[in-house]
Amino acid sequence: MLTMIGKRLMFAIPSLIGVVIVTFLLTRALPGDPAAYFAGPAASKEAIEQIRKKLGLDKSLAEQFVRYTTELAQGDLGQSLTTGQPVATEIRNRLPASAELTLLGLALAVVIAIPLGIMAATRPGSWIDHLCRVTTTAGVSLPVFFTGLLLVYVFYFKLGWSPAPLGRLDVFYSAPTTVTGFYLIDSLLARDLETFRSALSQLLLPAATLAIFSLAPIARMTRASMLAILSSDFVRTARASGLSPTKVTMTYAFRNAMLPVLTTLSMVFSFLLGANVLVEKVFAWPGIGSYAVEALIASDFAPVQGFVLTMAVMYVLLNLLIDILYGVIDPRVRLEG
Amino acid sequence: MKRRDFLKSATALAAGAMVPAPAIWSAAKADARSESLLVVSESGPNNLDIHGVGTNVPGYEVSWNCYDRLITHEMKEGPGGVPYYDKDKFKGELAEDMVVGDMSATFKLKKNATFQDGTPVTAKDVKWSLDRAVSVGGFPTFQMSAGSLTKPEQFVVVDDHTVRVDFLKKDKLTIPDLAVIVPCVVNSELVKKNASEKDPWGLEYTKQNTAGSGAYRVVKWTAGTEVIMERNDKWVGGPLPKIKRVIWRMVPQAGNRRALLERGDADISYELPNQDFAEMKRDGKINVVSLPISNGIQYLGMNVSNPPFNNPKVREAVAYAVPYQKIIDAVMFGLANPMFGAAADKATEVKWPQPTKYNTDIAKAKALMAEAGHADGFDTTLSFDLGFAGVNEPMCILIQESLAQIGIRCTINKIPGANWRTELNKKVMPLYVNIFSGWLDYPEYFFYWCYHSGKSIFNTMAYDSPEMDKLIESARIAAATGDIPTYDNDVKGFVDLAFKDIPRVPLYQPYLNVAMQKNISGFAYWFHRRLDYRTMVKG
Repeated sequence: MLTMIGKRLMFAIPSLIGVVIVTFLLTRALPGDPAAYFAGPAASKEAIEQIRKKLGLDKSLAEQFVRYTTELAQGDLGQSLTTGQPVATEIRNRLPASAELTLLGLALAVVIAIPLGIMAATRPGSWIDHLCRVTTTAGVSLPVFFTGLLLVYVFYFKLGWSPAPLGRLDVFYSAPTTVTGFYLIDSLLARDLETFRSALSQLLLPAATLAIFSLAPIARMTRASMLAILSSDFVRTARASGLSPTKVTMTYAFRNAMLPVLTTLSMVFSFLLGANVLVEKVFAWPGIGSYAVEALIASDFAPVQGFVLTMAVMYVLLNLLIDILYGVIDPRVRLEG
Repeated sequence: MKRRDFLKSATALAAGAMVPAPAIWSAAKADARSESLLVVSESGPNNLDIHGVGTNVPGYEVSWNCYDRLITHEMKEGPGGVPYYDKDKFKGELAEDMVVGDMSATFKLKKNATFQDGTPVTAKDVKWSLDRAVSVGGFPTFQMSAGSLTKPEQFVVVDDHTVRVDFLKKDKLTIPDLAVIVPCVVNSELVKKNASEKDPWGLEYTKQNTAGSGAYRVVKWTAGTEVIMERNDKWVGGPLPKIKRVIWRMVPQAGNRRALLERGDADISYELPNQDFAEMKRDGKINVVSLPISNGIQYLGMNVSNPPFNNPKVREAVAYAVPYQKIIDAVMFGLANPMFGAAADKATEVKWPQPTKYNTDIAKAKALMAEAGHADGFDTTLSFDLGFAGVNEPMCILIQESLAQIGIRCTINKIPGANWRTELNKKVMPLYVNIFSGWLDYPEYFFYWCYHSGKSIFNTMAYDSPEMDKLIESARIAAATGDIPTYDNDVKGFVDLAFKDIPRVPLYQPYLNVAMQKNISGFAYWFHRRLDYRTMVKG
């Protein structure tokens, strides 16, 4: 097992090197001029040149690349100009915010989508199947910023049930001591129930927004793969042998149907983690997606490179994790080392 | 799998957190709330020090409130009774006394002034800070040079509590330039301790920490998320501010900022779409303060070095084809001062901005196009900065529509914010909309940056007129020497010339709009257009 993991990680190295080179070149190919941008609205040509020199952008591309990779080797992802902070610190602070939101959103989606998908598959053509179809179509066709704004409008502005969409905590709470970076876990560890409650209530609306969006692929995939399995021979045999319908569906059919669902989940997760910029914007969420987009708008190279690199590493790890989980769920799947 | 139970518990959990409960739980938090000012805005600072590399505009707000300058402006009553800075009157902030001589100004420091760490403010700190402003390069150095402050030798320590600023030449802008945000006084000992050989001015330290003697200090800053400032109870720069704590949160969604205001969760916000401001004004639940931005003009620029806009007739035709009133009504929702349509017999005034005599007159524009030899019109591109798309995009569509009537067929070119200044700098865009506003509110300052043929990047039209240069320079000299008749003549002269040659068509003077709860008072308008928490009161 360990050698397998080691080998898999080794294989990831060339692709990471590729990612480093490509992002470096791509960010340089962006049309904006960071020096002009950061010299401010009232800068003269000389002021812009001074800034360019300070940022090291007057050097040749090769020199810049060598500097970037040497710093990278020391774990330094550079400085963001838009926020003024080291990129590594920012990503470390922001990744948990995005991950907590995405995980909770995904959990909500799974809790609704998988039962819905299973029920739709066991009773195709019934009202529950139609419900599944309508929900998933609606969920995927409503843009996330729209769902987000709608939820804010109804639950915050009109009803006043939800707290102000002001990020991870109410203004007058301070963040719990960082252990995992997940406020829900950290506040429980600190036995601070008030903060826990505040963090949870801040999370619900954005998580629901994400859940509504990600319902569709999960529910559809569960339904499709359950349908395929339910019509297979071994399910018929199980039914013929007089096993209870629950046992047949859950133990035999669902376990076998889980592999494609798991793949979908991993894809949805990695997609949401980087792509929920709009949700982050709507809820003033200090996540990694909005960070990267703001940096991109300002031609701020370092955060963009750091973001892409982090995402690449996350993908590698996530794929590895999914592969391992495959083996756990279905012992027939054994990874080739 | 106990699906039902799981679903039930999940719903219960969700309902639990959604129970309509007050946002504040304990009495202590309610107190904190009444003494705190909650500001929401789109973006936050990227650096707490205005001397830093590429400090953004929200960063100026931190500097203004956390640092002191030698002098500041007196206030006067502005439009609508809102306190407005008086550009001609100065008072001491760190200085208790200012004596302006012929070629120097001497400042006596307040003896009881201390930095936030308790060390006294001395002349040495002032000199070090001013040296720093003229030496670090970039925007601060550039801004200092606008007032002819360029060399460290100009700042002289007379004794522990006296500083002299020597003038390089007579310049009316030198004293005003000492009251802008840049010449702030920094705790030199503290910063030097945290400086390094690579960073002699300690910019890395002041980027993350405030080291001033100002009314507030930053206690927490999470970039892109929030800034928390607390009052410095030992501040001597003015009366002790009423607000104890300022919590400034970044809320990127304009709709949410408005919702926060209307629900009463946020105290004050700006940077909302004009439509929202206009609606909130009408509804009357929220106080909306709208003040014209001093020395600021939105304009339609034309590149005068290339055809077809090198032809003055074409430019005049454009000036007659702009749908001025439509832009004010449909784009600005009335929140702007018209800069067009002055009566034909109205004499030019000695002030800036002032309206042109142009009006939307398509027939006249068509005739001018024919006179210019472009009766069939031509194709061109109309560019704008996507960073301000909310205003720029509808405005450009209106202009495009109107110019089409005189045969000028425009393709709209949207340029991303990061790229906008680069494009402006090239001075090749044939037709574009842009905005300029100067901190220092003097006509010759505006004209020097926008119309002088020198290398200023704001002369985006590449306009080059020896007559204009002569008038601007003469006005600057007249201002410095106090020769009022010449000055008045020169100002009238360059305004007339700018309107006759019309390399750029002024569209309107925009408003600064700030929305706040009814219980917030003490808002004051400053040239930098950011919030001054020091005069604000809650409740």
